[in-house]
Amino acid sequence: MTALGKLFRTTVFKLTAAFVLLFAIGSGLVLGRVGWNVRNLMDDQILETIDADIKGLAEQYADGGIRELVNVIERRTRQPGASLYLVANFAGDIIVGNVKALPDGVLSRAAALETRYERLDDHKKRRALARVFILPGKYRLLVGHDIEEREQLRKILAQALATSLLWLVLIGAIGGLFVARRVLRRVDSMNATAQTIMAGDLGGRLAVNGSGDELDRLARNLNAMLDRIGELMAGMKEVTDNIAHDLKTPLTRLRNEAEQTLRAAPDAAAGREALEKIIEESDGLIRIFNALLMIARAEAGNIAGVAGFDAAEVLRDVAEMYEPVAEDADMRLAVETDGELPVTGNRELIGQALANLVDNAIKYGAPATGAGDAGRDVALSARRQGGMVELTVADRGPGIAVADRARVVDRFVRLENSRSRPGSGLGLSLAAAVARLHGGALRIEDNAPGLRVVIALSPSPPVNPSGAAPSGATT
Amino acid sequence: MRILLIEDDSEAAAYIVKAFREAGHLVDHASDGLSGYALAGEGVYDVLIVDRMLPKMDGLTLIGGLRQQKVETPVLILSALGQVDDRVKGLRAGGDDYLSKPYAFSELLARTEVLARRKPASNAAPTAYRVGGLELDRLTHKAARDGKDIPLQPREFRLLEYLMRNAGQVVTRTMLLENVWDYHFDPQTNVIDVHVSRLRGKIDKGFDPPLLHTIRGAGYMIRDGAR
Repeated sequence: MTALGKLFRTTVFKLTAAFVLLFAIGSGLVLGRVGWNVRNLMDDQILETIDADIKGLAEQYADGGIRELVNVIERRTRQPGASLYLVANFAGDIIVGNVKALPDGVLSRAAALETRYERLDDHKKRRALARVFILPGKYRLLVGHDIEEREQLRKILAQALATSLLWLVLIGAIGGLFVARRVLRRVDSMNATAQTIMAGDLGGRLAVNGSGDELDRLARNLNAMLDRIGELMAGMKEVTDNIAHDLKTPLTRLRNEAEQTLRAAPDAAAGREALEKIIEESDGLIRIFNALLMIARAEAGNIAGVAGFDAAEVLRDVAEMYEPVAEDADMRLAVETDGELPVTGNRELIGQALANLVDNAIKYGAPATGAGDAGRDVALSARRQGGMVELTVADRGPGIAVADRARVVDRFVRLENSRSRPGSGLGLSLAAAVARLHGGALRIEDNAPGLRVVIALSPSPPVNPSGAAPSGATT
Repeated sequence: MRILLIEDDSEAAAYIVKAFREAGHLVDHASDGLSGYALAGEGVYDVLIVDRMLPKMDGLTLIGGLRQQKVETPVLILSALGQVDDRVKGLRAGGDDYLSKPYAFSELLARTEVLARRKPASNAAPTAYRVGGLELDRLTHKAARDGKDIPLQPREFRLLEYLMRNAGQVVTRTMLLENVWDYHFDPQTNVIDVHVSRLRGKIDKGFDPPLLHTIRGAGYMIRDGAR
């Protein structure tokens, strides 16, 4: 009962039932209409024949009088056939004919009519279509035609209708049941898979049969969704692992420092110094933590504060911000921008990514030595390239070996030659995550010599240029 | 100044209250959104410090409600959530400043003091500032000390303008980054220090007394040393 009950509740079953009903009504209407038309056509033909007959007989009467008419009719009634003839006088007494009994009053009306009658040669109740014609001399002539054929046709049509309806319902119901069962089975299997996935087996995927129908597309989309969830979960796990690993080291240092201070029971000044060191250390931890959170958010792709702004302006801002820092390191920044480069996204994140890159370039770069390179120790540029907005930071330092370029964007990766300098190993990871968030990518290239890092961003769609006005522009 | 702290973490609240009192301020504390809303509605405070996530009524709803009642007390939002997107929501809800946890108390103190001093009517800022012998004219974009012109880059001018507008108050590095550069990210190195030391080279070098002071562990302050 439950299986059947479930079936009755399915959409497919309801649809099938509705269609069967509609088809039944439709075919009933069609057959009924056809039957009605055929009957009218037959009636018209019969009446035409009758009228022609009456015309002929009336001419005979006009030529030969009542005697001739009686002769002709007697002759005709002797031949077998479906025709009815009757001649009566003005009082209604039958003179000649092959009709035994007629309902009263039929002969008194000169009109076409459908009537019951009995033939002389049998006692069957029959029906006929007839017309009464009043001849000069008040004789009444009735010519008719049996309509048993028509009645039979009606019966055949009615039977056909009943049979076809029966088949229609039968086939519709069986077909509907079949389709419903098939769909139900697939939905049930999807439900079962979903339940195992919910129970914790995140590797499970819905079966896709490649037919491309709605259920197949649904399964494929759900699978894509599960893949995305899986990716995010893996990312989260990686972040948690990294946090556990890389925050434990400084935390341990912090704790040791505090413990040492406590145990050594130093004078006030030494204790103060140790506490300041501890605060410094925890500030560093907070920075790492914030950077990790920012990367995780950017990678999750769920960032508020999205607006249109000019990427070139952000690049100029960051360059201006770092220029004195570069000068203190005996380096020069060169900036080239290509007019306004509208981008839709998070200005803060783009600024942070660029700041990370410029910071790296100043830290690891070296004064340019090439001819015509003077004053371009760190070269920043913003331009449109191949449909993307490219923000480039290039230096003349040692660069990054090709083999290391892929892994250097991973979190906490610090190359051998940079370990001696301060840094968390998160700067490039964040820049890469920010580029991906803005529909682009981070490219690490050879600046021959040196390093060139490119943040490629997809530009704002050109629609509604006023909406792409820089937000929060400095004045 | 009189401060209302609305914070449900009792330990953090006790620490903040104590630290503000040591800095010479009056602090009331509410530990949930509803009681905080009732207290803040009295309008007797110079500044409100509101935690983003509170029991009974969350921080943003509270601020929205106050603003609807035309309580225009400046609000600083404290949040454990991320920097980048959450601050946008906070400021949109009617907050005036935003600080993400964990923070240094010196940062909170500096921001609170600047907020409390910012009277709603002072939106129309004066056209010129003067601290000791240092003058800054916002209309002509000129700065001078003891009558001697000091040539400044546009950004240096904005930096000096912000410092002078908050003369006598500590401004932190992040406050400078936010208000002078209009960015809220972490500038990695001591970028701000380098800019401030350049500015100091222009306004203090060769003059006496020094006006631009470094406040250790907090930030910077412009102050007339003679006063």
